[in-house]
Amino acid sequence: MKKLTSLFLSNPVPFIFAFLCIVGLWIAKIPLPVFINDMVTRMSRNSFLTLSLIIPIVVGLGLNFAIVTGAMAGQIAAIVVMELGLKGLPGFIVACVIAIPLALFFGFSVGKLFNIAKGKEMVTGFIASFFANGFYQLVFLFIIGTSIIPFKNTTILLPQGWGVRSMVDLINIQYALDSIFRIKIPFGRFFINIPVITFLVIAGLCVAINFFLKTKMGQEFKAIGQEPHVSHIYGINVDRNRIIATMISIVLASFGQLIFLQNLGTVNTYASHEQVALFAIAALLVGGATVKKATVFNALLGVLLFHTLFVVSPQAGQKLFGQPQVGEYFRVFIAYGVVALTLALHAMKAKYSSSS
Amino acid sequence: MKEQIRSLVKTVGIPRLIILSFLLLLLVLALVTGMDVKRLLTDSMVRVGRNGLFVLALLLPLKAGLGLNFGLPVGIICGLIGLVLGLEWRLTGLNYILFASVVGTGLAVIAGYFYGVLLNKTKGQEMMVGTYTGFAMVSLMCIFWLLIPFKNYALIWAIGGKGLRTTLVLPAQTAQFLDNILSFKLVGVGIPTGTFLIFAIFCLFIYVFLRTKVGLSIIAVGANPLFALASGIKENKARMQATLLSTVLAALGIVIFAQSFGFIQLYLAPLMMAFPAIACILIGGATLRKASLIHVIIGTILFHTLLTITLPVVTQAVAITGEAGDITEVLRVIISHGMILYALTRKGGD
Repeated sequence: MKKLTSLFLSNPVPFIFAFLCIVGLWIAKIPLPVFINDMVTRMSRNSFLTLSLIIPIVVGLGLNFAIVTGAMAGQIAAIVVMELGLKGLPGFIVACVIAIPLALFFGFSVGKLFNIAKGKEMVTGFIASFFANGFYQLVFLFIIGTSIIPFKNTTILLPQGWGVRSMVDLINIQYALDSIFRIKIPFGRFFINIPVITFLVIAGLCVAINFFLKTKMGQEFKAIGQEPHVSHIYGINVDRNRIIATMISIVLASFGQLIFLQNLGTVNTYASHEQVALFAIAALLVGGATVKKATVFNALLGVLLFHTLFVVSPQAGQKLFGQPQVGEYFRVFIAYGVVALTLALHAMKAKYSSSS
Repeated sequence: MKEQIRSLVKTVGIPRLIILSFLLLLLVLALVTGMDVKRLLTDSMVRVGRNGLFVLALLLPLKAGLGLNFGLPVGIICGLIGLVLGLEWRLTGLNYILFASVVGTGLAVIAGYFYGVLLNKTKGQEMMVGTYTGFAMVSLMCIFWLLIPFKNYALIWAIGGKGLRTTLVLPAQTAQFLDNILSFKLVGVGIPTGTFLIFAIFCLFIYVFLRTKVGLSIIAVGANPLFALASGIKENKARMQATLLSTVLAALGIVIFAQSFGFIQLYLAPLMMAFPAIACILIGGATLRKASLIHVIIGTILFHTLLTITLPVVTQAVAITGEAGDITEVLRVIISHGMILYALTRKGGD
């Protein structure tokens, strides 16, 4: 009991959210198999994106709001694959290959910006993703389909002949990863679908992150995260490592978005990427991570708790107030609120430690 | 001559020169293609008056060293509550505007106080904390708009009878009330005199305020906190005053905005309202360390004129038809966030 109390006091956020989830589940009364199936899908869809946030935190960059640019790279790749007409797993792999150079470029640019705006990385990343989104819209609305970037596939293009539709059906690569090997577990009258390969990929990333943090570069990242000045004196190239960390994060985010999209099967060209950072970050923070410290465990627990809340809030809102929108706005509030709270707590701590 | 040009470019600044030349180009295009230039300029004037107070609200936090106040929605929400209550009680015209302003100001003082306390506790991360505090407040208020037990059937959803509508229409007596006061035509260009006067009065107020003891202490804290401390100025108090006034101005800003626009937008509409305002003051030439009234005024005029006239002119010139997306919207996103990014990544913030 004492141990549990100290665990709660050291990290209250996951406990509070676990409590909220349980209350929500109790109110919403969603049939258990339906809920579990939904959660399995959501875990497979969102974990990779949330995991992509860990490395920048280790290196001291804070929450990487610029993973939105990674998601853009993923989306660009997905739409290019649709245009090329590649199908299934090969299509998915080609999409990943197309996404890598784009994400590396975005990551490099954002990393450079982070180095110029030291101490303001988070707000810079946040604004940078909006800025990049502007160019993304410019290209997708006005340039694709013209003679500069000729696209032929009419299911992608708007009826006028240029510009990309706001909804693109990713029928070619839907379930490319999920359907390789799927287990169906009967549960009452329902089935729970487990996309084994997708979870193996996620597990692989978890192992890879933990392994990476033990390598020489990983150790350097940790050192920079804790003591950037001392690391610099010890001869670690701080700026270069920060750029590499950003690039890794954004490449992972582009894969994450592709995993997300292959499960969803459609892409909302002008919106799917916008909320990626918010939801991934909120999930990570709900899992008990802070601006300074995040683990694989935080990410996975966070996705579970945050998405449980996501699933139950509309239902709970319907049951409590007779309006499902209450729950929908509540979950938006939770996402923004948890980020605001964590940032505030972080800034308060940083202030006290610097003034003492 | 060369020297003079160089110094002129330096004082005006490259971003303003680029935007000004782009504006001129657009105007020439409009003239050539035979568009109603007077109409375009009238619309621009209206937009400038409508948005001025939001931009002005950013000045004091910048002066106090708080950075860009992304938390404007905190104040905007207070103003919205005043506006909505006034509609529920069927006030119109001047009464309505005064009522909304008083309620908005009262709430903004309270909200601004707490917001100021928060920003004082999170020194160094004000921009990020402010952004997400604003977002969280806006989304929390969405629940409030849904559950508020209003009776006026013009405000609530026709089906279901619960919750406020997303967009509320102001009665004809109220819409453009201030815009129409003393409004006149200057060489065919309509001037929303009342709104401009209000903006001018507030600019004058800030101008005088910055020369009072309180105003000077805000400037001192922003310029050099240690020096301010040495001269006996309480840093946190000055920051608090700046935040509070900014929040109040934002609340009044939405009242002015709504009367000019003729609509009140609820729910997630206030979410991104800080961003265009921030773009304005930065386009006007402000930096994280240096901002003045001139930047507010120039920035508002340049940015909003640009936004107003780009779409009609571009559509006319290129003759885009069909389902083309709104290129102004894309332009706005790129310019405003580009400007913010530029301000954030300038060496030393100046």
